[in-house]
Amino acid sequence: MSTVRARAAGVTSHRLFWPLVVLVLLLVANAVYRPSFLSIELKNGHLYGSLIDIVRLSAPLILVALGMSLVIATGGIDLSVGAVAAVAGAVACLYISEQPDQNSLGVVLTAVALGFGVALLLGAWNGILVAGIGIQPIIATLILMVAGRGLAQLIAEGQIITINSGPYKVIGVGHLLTLPFAIVIALAVTLLVAVLTRRTALGMIIESVGGNAEASRLAGIRSRRITFLVYVVSAACAAIAGFMMTANVSSADGNAVGLWVELDAILAVVIGGTALAGGRFYLGGTVVGALLIQTLTTSVYAMNIDPQTSLLFKAVVVIVVCLIQAPAFRARFRRRRSVPVTPVEPVGTEKEQVPA
Amino acid sequence: MAKTGITLTRRGLGAMLAVGLLAGGLAGCGNSDTGGDDKSGGSGNGKLVMGFSQVGAESGWRTANTNSIKESATAAGIELKFDDAQGKQENQIKALRNFIQQKVDVIAFSPVVESGWDTVLKEAKDAKIPVILTDRAVDSADKSLYKTFIGSDFVKEGKLAGEWLVKEKASAAGPVNIVELQGTTGAAPANDRKKGFAEAIAANPNLKVVASQSGDFTRAGGKQVMEQFLKANPKIDVLFAHNDDMGLGALEAITAAGKTPGKDITIITVDAVKDGMQALADGKFNFIAECSPLLGPQLMDLAKKVKAGEEVPARVETEETTFTQEQAKAALPNRKY
Repeated sequence: MSTVRARAAGVTSHRLFWPLVVLVLLLVANAVYRPSFLSIELKNGHLYGSLIDIVRLSAPLILVALGMSLVIATGGIDLSVGAVAAVAGAVACLYISEQPDQNSLGVVLTAVALGFGVALLLGAWNGILVAGIGIQPIIATLILMVAGRGLAQLIAEGQIITINSGPYKVIGVGHLLTLPFAIVIALAVTLLVAVLTRRTALGMIIESVGGNAEASRLAGIRSRRITFLVYVVSAACAAIAGFMMTANVSSADGNAVGLWVELDAILAVVIGGTALAGGRFYLGGTVVGALLIQTLTTSVYAMNIDPQTSLLFKAVVVIVVCLIQAPAFRARFRRRRSVPVTPVEPVGTEKEQVPA
Repeated sequence: MAKTGITLTRRGLGAMLAVGLLAGGLAGCGNSDTGGDDKSGGSGNGKLVMGFSQVGAESGWRTANTNSIKESATAAGIELKFDDAQGKQENQIKALRNFIQQKVDVIAFSPVVESGWDTVLKEAKDAKIPVILTDRAVDSADKSLYKTFIGSDFVKEGKLAGEWLVKEKASAAGPVNIVELQGTTGAAPANDRKKGFAEAIAANPNLKVVASQSGDFTRAGGKQVMEQFLKANPKIDVLFAHNDDMGLGALEAITAAGKTPGKDITIITVDAVKDGMQALADGKFNFIAECSPLLGPQLMDLAKKVKAGEEVPARVETEETTFTQEQAKAALPNRKY
């Protein structure tokens, strides 16, 4: 008996338990509202259904959030990811739109390489500002968050660049073995990052830099180089997300691509159990967080929640997730429920401490 | 206490000085930027100076609007101080305050949102600078805060779209299921087009809006929402999108669902930008109510009249039309935007 209870307690106290519960609850709510929500059918040789939409549309967010996890693990933050995604997408689409044969694979590969290259430069810029010059990450990346959006518009000359390129479109809406290609890319990148950080010492080194950069430096870790590296990786992830977002609609809109994705990414990271203070990161949690956020967005459309109230609906769900996930909140709740007669005592001691 | 009071004031003074210097620097930049040799700001060389704050560059429509204003300002001999608010109200308020400080002759702007303009408009009024609203309205109760409002009648656009649909589906026996892609929640064009459309389709009780969601005026938004509409509603007969871009995004969702846009689902949009007109000419859209961005010449005309102290009507409508597939084919080659 006691082992069963202990095991149950172990499961419920796992940091992914509550986000997963909310994710399942959302899906159940959708299924109750419309039973066909969970159905997946085979259409034109690939899977089709709301669940597939969620997975496909969350791919860019998963990528951006992955990079964000690493940045946050070092105690930093990267606000520029949305702008970097917009710039990378705009560069790629501009190059494709200027070629005579937009359907050539070579053209698309060159375009993606160009966009990726520009994004790496932008990431290096962030890295230099934070690791080299020592500017606060939130300020350093805020610069590019604003300037990058302008840069994306400058590249597109304020227009929406529309392209008609089969190979590029594959990145956003293509399929591989009946699965959306976008999610295959996102999972591949997730695996790559997971292997690089968790099968080598790199992940622990990143966490140690986030825990105490100076102490890690004294312990022989080149902490500045690690900090620089995570901003470049974050920009690289954002660039791939930018390709997906622009390929999804075959057009690059400097204003709309990746707008506010940095906030969604931070939210995904936090829901996944990574603390903003740095020192720890959980890639699996980040992926669950990203899926949860996209499920929330899709639910609003699928259940036809009034647009005026949809933001409030999202906010309430997010607050609930964050609260029940916090062990301190759960402990408090449990104590109150089990000992309803004597809640006065702890409150009293707290109050006594205030003036001292 | 007194001591802290003094330090506070000193610090306050320093901050004020710094802000003053900064503002002065900005104004200086503005002057050198436009290349005018007038140091007294505004109308030193007798040329009418207009400060214009644009919403942003969020769509092809907006870019055409910007170009129209810039070109017609040059043609009318008006010196234009142009500012791009990048979709943020705080940027726009900042720009308006800059214009007031620079003592321009006329301020024109296209408000990002409808509310929250009273204070800055009051400042302009106190500085005796007339304000012209373009394209979008504000909800200020005090109508004396601005001279006139030039722009499209969004309610009428929604109505034109709805009336065409009523005629098109006049012979439909059963219910006609309509889904609606709204613009950004709270934006005037979204509110008004929804209203006009609803009024018009009330003429036929068979026409029913079964789902309505915001696609944020973007292609990605339109596509994402349409994907769920298609799954939630087995029978969709009509799509009404508040702009071309959302309609274009929805096209992809409809094709991916194995349906033929323009045939299985009748698509009505508003705007008539080039990509939208192309889709209409290709038979993927069925009807577009135009929302013309080319209001530059009318705006310059109004600005001159306002400056000369002439009476202007409180509401000026842009000249607009509607397009069917045949009309789109004919109009497409000469389309500017």
